[in-house]
Amino acid sequence: MMSALLLGVLASSIMSGTSLLFATIGEIVGERAGIVNLGLEGIMLVGAATGFAATALTGNAYLGVGAAALAGTAVNLIFAYLVVTRRANQLATGLTLMFFGLGLSALVGHPFVGTLIAGLPKFRLFGLGRMGDPLFSYDFLVYLAVPTAVAVWWLLFRTAWGLGVRAVGESPVAAVAAGLSPGRLRYQALALAGLLGGIAGAHLSLALTLTWAEGMTAGRGFIAIALVIFAKWNPLWAIAGALLFGGAESLQLQLQAAGADVSPFIMNMIPYLLTMLVLIFWGWSRQTAAPAALGRNFVGVE
Amino acid sequence: MRPDGATFWRLLSARAATFAFVALLALSAFSALLLAAGKNPWQAYVDTLVYVFGNAYGFSELLVRMTPLLFTAVAAALPARIGLINVGGEGQLYMGAWLATAGELALQNHSALVLLPALTVLGFVGGGLWALLPAILRALHLVNETISTLLLNYVAPLIVSYFIFGPWRSPESSSYPESPAFVDAARLPTLFHSQVHAGLLYALACLLLYWLTLNRTRFGLEMRAIGGNAEAARRLGIPVVRYMLVVMFVAGGVAGLAGMAEVSAIQGRLVAELSPGYGYVGFLVAWLAGTGAGGILAMSFLFAVLSSVGDMLQITQSLPYAVINILMAGILFIVLGRRTMGGAAR
Repeated sequence: MMSALLLGVLASSIMSGTSLLFATIGEIVGERAGIVNLGLEGIMLVGAATGFAATALTGNAYLGVGAAALAGTAVNLIFAYLVVTRRANQLATGLTLMFFGLGLSALVGHPFVGTLIAGLPKFRLFGLGRMGDPLFSYDFLVYLAVPTAVAVWWLLFRTAWGLGVRAVGESPVAAVAAGLSPGRLRYQALALAGLLGGIAGAHLSLALTLTWAEGMTAGRGFIAIALVIFAKWNPLWAIAGALLFGGAESLQLQLQAAGADVSPFIMNMIPYLLTMLVLIFWGWSRQTAAPAALGRNFVGVE
Repeated sequence: MRPDGATFWRLLSARAATFAFVALLALSAFSALLLAAGKNPWQAYVDTLVYVFGNAYGFSELLVRMTPLLFTAVAAALPARIGLINVGGEGQLYMGAWLATAGELALQNHSALVLLPALTVLGFVGGGLWALLPAILRALHLVNETISTLLLNYVAPLIVSYFIFGPWRSPESSSYPESPAFVDAARLPTLFHSQVHAGLLYALACLLLYWLTLNRTRFGLEMRAIGGNAEAARRLGIPVVRYMLVVMFVAGGVAGLAGMAEVSAIQGRLVAELSPGYGYVGFLVAWLAGTGAGGILAMSFLFAVLSSVGDMLQITQSLPYAVINILMAGILFIVLGRRTMGGAAR
């Protein structure tokens, strides 16, 4: 009984952690380029709604994931235009993007409220096949999540492009002096961030809930932004963070399913309170590794 | 230098004309989007205008809707003046409503003379304490107030739900739990035999006090000094940390009053779905208004009209109310993108 509960918690924390991981990696890429995007919540909502709508219309959940990735990218390019080209305030623009995403996803998703979909197909990995437990079969995004984190880490820390992005995030002026184009790199970083944010949303609606509901991300976008600080702007640390928070979310679900005598409302607070605690602890230990130019707009070299 | 009357009006009408252009631009894009979705937005606009401005009842509904926006806009604008970003108006509204309800349950045998002032104070304190926590964390350099106020927005409605599904659940409520109805003495009075309630007077008083404090007192001067350059203000001997804590408490308190007015005047009990995002819309209003008092009044009114459009879209075009967020965000996008043009980026 206990081990079944533990396995259940593990399996469902992997499931709910996947979406958080994609979102967190996306935000890391943007923030490494010096851009805070508080609109991640909106990007995820648009991804969840578009992915669900495309899946319901075509019957193919893979097309749904593709549509969500495209929609996330497109919406984040609006954000990029405003903060990079128009040099608008990043925090205000990000929050406005959240509203925009909330509204747009409601418009896209409303014909599909109550629609049933099959969701992303699940299959076993070769090594796990013999364990015979249904808990060990997942959709392809789950298997891709950790490789994506590694790939983005490699991209950021082992390629010339990543070096450029990080240089722009630390000091756009120095980046210009080195012959880089901060504007172009920031656009590219934000396009990748939007793509990953859209996929994060799609995993929620296409693998986790299999329904569309307005505002279904329920603050996961903001938790992911906090996870960026937890992960010290490193995609590899984000894996641990996403598992921890996926775990908190699934523990609460499993306890409710097991009939624990605690109000569901109290348990629903756990992820948000845990996020606050982690942020407090991180602030306490001064473990900040934020890019130096984070949140500042680049106004050009005089 | 103070502009003379004629210059003032010329500047004001120029700004109004610019804004009207921005709003029309956003409205056209929004209409095109809805047309593409196979809906008829034009009909909804006409319906809204006829409903809201066609008779006294519709207009009073508009004022009722504007009231919480005034509160939450002040709650965002006040901290913005010292460089703090309070996006927690939604949570602070819920906690104000929560503590006011606790007061009603404890004091319901008293007269209105005791109850109404007590509920007002409790509503203020509930919202204020909810904002004080992020302020303390910020003052200690632990957590950025933007992210903490946002996260707490998700916690406050859960606290409210816990109480109305649990200890405060009214025995009469069936599948849709709510707290017991407030006694009559705990209800904020309505004005002119309409739905407009005394909360509107509270909100206008808050706005007036906000303007007076910023423009006519030493506190306002020091706040603007902190907002301009916190480090310089600290070296001048201005107690920056004390200002952070007090300003956030007061701002949260103002948002808490919105929650108190909502339970005491409108709902007459504590319910789970207290606010369709008033706290967030107030933040947008404050940002659009550039934190000026006159701008807050004008933008609260405009956004109240927009949210009526949202209602109309829901009723006549069977669209979700949340769709109106596209239009609200669109207006802000254009303003955010334009502001940099004049070099007035913040």
